[in-house]
Amino acid sequence: MKFTRARGVGLLGIFIAIVLLFAVNNSLGNKITETSKIQSIWDFTSTIRIPDSAKLKEDPKAPPVAAIELPTMITISLICGALILVGGTLIAKNPERGWVAPYMSSVIGFGFFSILLWAVANNSVDLSDTLSRVVRLGTPIAIGALAGIVCERSGVVNIGIEGMMLTAACFGYAAAAISARMIYGESLPANVVKGVVWLPLIIGILGAILTGGMMAALHAWLSIRFKVDQVISGTVINIMAVGITGFTRTNFLLKFESPLRAGLPQMPLGPLADIPLLGPILFDHKPITYLMILMVIGLNFFLFRTVWGLRTRAIGEHPKAADTVGINVNRMRYRNVIIGGMIAGVAGAWFSLEGSFGFDDGMTNGQGFISLAAMIFGKWNPIGAFGGSLLFSSADALQLKVQAYNFDLPSQFMQMLPYVVTLIVLAGVIGRAKPPAASGKVYEK
Amino acid sequence: MANEQQAPAETKKTTEPQPSKRRFGWLNEAIVPLLAILTAVLIGAVIVFVSIPGNKLPTFDLNIYGSRSDWFFSTIPERLRVTLSAFTGLFSGAFGDWTKPSTIPVAISNTLVESTPYILAGLAVAVTFKAGLFNVGAEGQLLMGALGSVAVAAFMPQWFGVASLPAIIHLPAALLAGVIAGGLWGIIPGYLRAKTGAHEVITTIMLNYIALQVMDYLINGVMKDKSATLQRTPFIHENAALPRIISKATDPSLTGGQAYPRLFTTTSSTWDLRIHMGIVLAFLMVGFIWWLMNRTPKGFEIKTVGENPEAARYAGMSITGTVVGAMGLSGALAGLAGTSQVIGLEYNLKAVFSSGLGFDSLAIALLAKSNPIAIVPAALFWGALRTGAGAMQVNTGISINLIQIIQALVIMFIAADQIVRWIYRIKQAEGGKITFNRSWGK
Repeated sequence: MKFTRARGVGLLGIFIAIVLLFAVNNSLGNKITETSKIQSIWDFTSTIRIPDSAKLKEDPKAPPVAAIELPTMITISLICGALILVGGTLIAKNPERGWVAPYMSSVIGFGFFSILLWAVANNSVDLSDTLSRVVRLGTPIAIGALAGIVCERSGVVNIGIEGMMLTAACFGYAAAAISARMIYGESLPANVVKGVVWLPLIIGILGAILTGGMMAALHAWLSIRFKVDQVISGTVINIMAVGITGFTRTNFLLKFESPLRAGLPQMPLGPLADIPLLGPILFDHKPITYLMILMVIGLNFFLFRTVWGLRTRAIGEHPKAADTVGINVNRMRYRNVIIGGMIAGVAGAWFSLEGSFGFDDGMTNGQGFISLAAMIFGKWNPIGAFGGSLLFSSADALQLKVQAYNFDLPSQFMQMLPYVVTLIVLAGVIGRAKPPAASGKVYEK
Repeated sequence: MANEQQAPAETKKTTEPQPSKRRFGWLNEAIVPLLAILTAVLIGAVIVFVSIPGNKLPTFDLNIYGSRSDWFFSTIPERLRVTLSAFTGLFSGAFGDWTKPSTIPVAISNTLVESTPYILAGLAVAVTFKAGLFNVGAEGQLLMGALGSVAVAAFMPQWFGVASLPAIIHLPAALLAGVIAGGLWGIIPGYLRAKTGAHEVITTIMLNYIALQVMDYLINGVMKDKSATLQRTPFIHENAALPRIISKATDPSLTGGQAYPRLFTTTSSTWDLRIHMGIVLAFLMVGFIWWLMNRTPKGFEIKTVGENPEAARYAGMSITGTVVGAMGLSGALAGLAGTSQVIGLEYNLKAVFSSGLGFDSLAIALLAKSNPIAIVPAALFWGALRTGAGAMQVNTGISINLIQIIQALVIMFIAADQIVRWIYRIKQAEGGKITFNRSWGK
């Protein structure tokens, strides 16, 4: 029996399911004491609530639309049993294609769901809040993945997305803070204190976009004009970003007092936000999250339905052929890498203006690299990359969610979850994913 | 400063077989790195000049200066002075204040101590460069090495139920544990790369974050020193410590009752140095890697796989084995770097252990063009920069992060040597471009 990718993934899935089962069994067993009402691990229930988002605003204690009560142990056993069964099939049948990615995603997805049930045993969790958190935390990853797609589809590997995001976050925040000071002076006038100060925030986002574009221009200059290895050039961007932002933060930002106190506001989309479950997930977010959804759809359209997209894909797959029909390969690459950097700049703005307000050293925390993994997972397709981003961000959301409960797993293990998932996905999926043929290769006439 | 650093070891380079027999061949090769450093430092000077914090300058007063630009130009002499003092601070921090000879040994020893992990981690990255891999994971491998060695160095006697073990067993065991832990952490991305095609840049970075969490968990959990308020492991046993070369006798009450060894004991504070045997280990490793790369079939295999994987496959070399082996060796070297920090310098493992060593070692390997011998001057330069940066910050109030900017510029100028050649009008040398197995897939 040959050891193939499908078999490896099947084995891993079975392993994860068995470990999960034992861990849950053990942990719930420990929760049973003489005095507690529950006498068997099968009696634990996890409640999943879907709150009534329309009524919630007036009355925080409004009854939920639905409260699904799941028997914890039975549900988890069923999930793990199914995963083991499919994993076994994978090992036995060794399918050629089409099985690995869906199986791995479901191992991860259902695994997360089981961990959530485990964490809320004898308790309840708000499903719409959890899922909206997934979308929210997936925003920078998805935008970063889009930036990667634009670059790589035109044949330039961009490892520097992390650095572009970080610099953009720093200077986006700086632009917002400084412009607020210039417009309003020491403190905000009374009439805008309560409202949202849009102008400096928009200047901040534009500043972030510009910064991302400039870093990308450096990457393009090094890798196209000087033909530097694109991995090295991306690493230069990453190291320089750490230096520049740290330097700017300690020398200027820490001493600078800005009247601005809050970042981009929550923007529920009117009645749409009141739809139970769907409303909070899709229609009750901050601006950049909406922008992300628009960008995913937009890039999908531009990449596959316009001349620009066709040319971009052409120079990424076969630059010589593109050149013979009169496309200026290098100019096109310059332009696309800079566009990619600007997109990464939007993700940077998310960190310092939307996710939290302010700038911290290394606040991107490897999300740029995770977004590259999401891009690979999505096979260089905007929609697929969006799916990959949600997969990775759900690890983050889960990690933040279970902190609120008295959970058995050490917090460090939960915190390494996003990185472990990235590692597993990369190792499991990549052989099936085909990058643009000319990606990473210098074009010489 | 850069010139002094680079020159002596570049002469050693002539021992290597050179394609050209010209007498000053090494100078030709060294000129671009030297100019790259010079250019980066000059740009750093400009940054310092522009961004000197206001409390070091005459205050900006609208009545006196009229506008901000007038103020800026009137402060130029003062700015020049502060910029100069930033770099003299950098120098005296790294090599001592030469007007006060008693400061020299301590400063130089500090520079060497700082350089020790850089030499080892730089070698680690250089090995993977030779194999066409880009190992960004030195940081994580170093952490794992430190964890492995501290586990053995602090807890091994407990496992056997004895009070202490003889140094001849305990010290090698601690070293070996660090090397193995780092090596295993390096083999993971190597295996993933070879078997699944997962790009080592992303996997090693993910493993860095994972290693950080593992360390956090262990330091707060099973390996925590229960009596300490800080998050740290207990002090290692004295028999597992790498000896200092020359220092005062330490006070055991400060180090958990352990009297750490030293080769020479002194009473003068001029010679109370932190330098330890780790530097000797590092030099031994430089020799070993040079020998491995240039004198053995394994080294030849690594280089062939790096330069032309197709040809290597055709010649019957195992790509998988070589990639995994190179990553394992790299991890082992990085692990040794962490080990020497723990059992030679710190004597315990704290929550804040390594900062950015992974990226620094990338820069060093690029600067040395992955030549094991040239790693030494490159690492010494880096160590000097790091040691001096502290003094610079005190002198001028300029943040240490300036060093990272200089570092990125150095890598940029080394990688894009056309920029340097264009600035200084140097002719293009043949070959010598750095490339990696670049695409994401296999």
